[in-house]
Amino acid sequence: MPEARLGGNDNSVPTLREEVEDFLYQEAALLDEWRLDEWLALFTVDARYVVPTTDLPEGDPKKELVFIDDDMVRLRARVERLKSRHGHREYPWSRTRRFITNVRVKRLEGANIFVTSSFLVYRFRMGDTSPYVGWYEHRLKQADRELKIYHKRTVLDMETLREHGAVSIIL
Amino acid sequence: MVELKGLIIDNPKDGIFRVHRSAMTSPEILQMEQERVFNKCWLYLCHESEVENPGDYRRRNVAGRPLFFVRGSDGKVRVFLNTCTHRGALICRRDQGNTEVLQCFYHAWTFNNQGELIGVPDEAGYGKGFNRAEMGLKSPPRVDNYRGFIFVSFNPDVEDLVTYLAGARDYIDLIVDQAEEGMRMIPGSNRYSIKANWKLLVENSLDGYHVKPTHKTYFEYVTSLGIRSSAVQTAFGRPARALGNGHAVEEHDGVRGRPIARWSPLFGEETKEEIARIRARLVEKFGEQRTRLMADVSRNLLVYPNLIIIDSIDITVRIFWPITPALMEVTAWQLAPKEEKSELLARRLDNFLTFHGPGGFATPDDVEAIESCQAGYKAEGVEWSELSRGMHREAIAEDELQLRAFWRQWYGYMLGLGQVDTRDPVVRERSSVAS
Repeated sequence: MPEARLGGNDNSVPTLREEVEDFLYQEAALLDEWRLDEWLALFTVDARYVVPTTDLPEGDPKKELVFIDDDMVRLRARVERLKSRHGHREYPWSRTRRFITNVRVKRLEGANIFVTSSFLVYRFRMGDTSPYVGWYEHRLKQADRELKIYHKRTVLDMETLREHGAVSIIL
Repeated sequence: MVELKGLIIDNPKDGIFRVHRSAMTSPEILQMEQERVFNKCWLYLCHESEVENPGDYRRRNVAGRPLFFVRGSDGKVRVFLNTCTHRGALICRRDQGNTEVLQCFYHAWTFNNQGELIGVPDEAGYGKGFNRAEMGLKSPPRVDNYRGFIFVSFNPDVEDLVTYLAGARDYIDLIVDQAEEGMRMIPGSNRYSIKANWKLLVENSLDGYHVKPTHKTYFEYVTSLGIRSSAVQTAFGRPARALGNGHAVEEHDGVRGRPIARWSPLFGEETKEEIARIRARLVEKFGEQRTRLMADVSRNLLVYPNLIIIDSIDITVRIFWPITPALMEVTAWQLAPKEEKSELLARRLDNFLTFHGPGGFATPDDVEAIESCQAGYKAEGVEWSELSRGMHREAIAEDELQLRAFWRQWYGYMLGLGQVDTRDPVVRERSSVAS
């Protein structure tokens, strides 16, 4: 069933930002619902997913230490691990809720769209609450009238992973 | 007052070694550890490459004390207690930077980057008993550097660092000698906490027994990249060793390859030549036998009480401090040869990220495992943790000899005995026969 578009008449064309927001909200929903294979399908085959360390947010994974630097082979392995009962930090899965705001389309380059947004990801498990706070850079690409992610960078604002112990979920 | 005697059962006759779980849960024991372990030993602070240029500084806590280290304009690295000699405010209030002077923001006392007090506003306000030369920044009682690794001690009477390192020294040499132009700490660190007693991470970092069952998903990933699973399964064949003074090492074959210097399919064809060149250089400098030790064998080294150096595809340097009996703060860095080419550095970083980092495929499960132990202790009723594996035989890698070495030294310090023989009795007997 097609989703109803609220707040506009039927003829209104969504703005680029609205389209991008819908896409980011959909990505967040897939992760909160642990629909990880569907989430993986949002990426291009040559995509990259990077999470820098908290003390070097501008870190370059080629020569500096980051938390995560996944090409699609490793990102698929990450998803497989999260689906396995041997991925102990997330077995059983934590409960998560992702809040995404301050979405800004920063730049357009041909079919490429550079988007930044703020996030708050709550993770609940084993009696602990661990909030991840930071901002995303999504580099999106229009392909076959669909948006795809070819680069996602998750920059954390916390000084350490004090409450978290690890980056065991996908941020 | 907690009764320390009897916290450890060390019974070689029946091959039994047990640790009372209050060692992991008691606030009194943590307080005593601060006095009897952390205030007595040499403690790792930093690697000298972290302050490469004159004026470079970084701050860091050691055993709960705020310190900072700075390379002075004279080129010398000094370590200071991070507190103004005036009224106590933190002097260094950024994690890192470069400066010629450090000024306390409270009353604007100013120190140069060698710790001397060079400016006091309205100094005429002080009488003749005030001697500016005595009011420079204070250092911990002892600071020493072993091949780039800088340690501090809050015990003025501690033995010299080289003596303290005992058999661990040779293993640090095996690591540092891999570099042609010296080692450097790669920018960026992993800072995370674990809701578990700090000693559980000592155990976990040296424990070969958990590797296969806990890290199944990691080995699935590695085998999917083309490493034979049979090689991985038989890789943990080397017995661990107690190195004296509580230091210990667990070694295994570097079947996944090593940038220095054993090629594997994980690294790609393009790195084959460079790795062969590095190996030839090592053979020329150190001979075949030592090269095999350096380049074919991977190791997890404990420098007592809480420095872990994991020398495998990457070189992880990991330190951790207790905050409460059930909480520790961990920091991990990556060490690499200064001259390392970008392709090999990338493979090194890849391994850190996939295994040793908190965003990797293995470390999160270690965090989960030791947090799970700590949570389990709350059940009480089971008083002892069991660490007897291999005590009755010539230990193999998956035994717990290295954990017993740590615990024997810990017990020695806690009872005020100082350094004790940390070897298993089987090993002691063999060496007495040999001599």
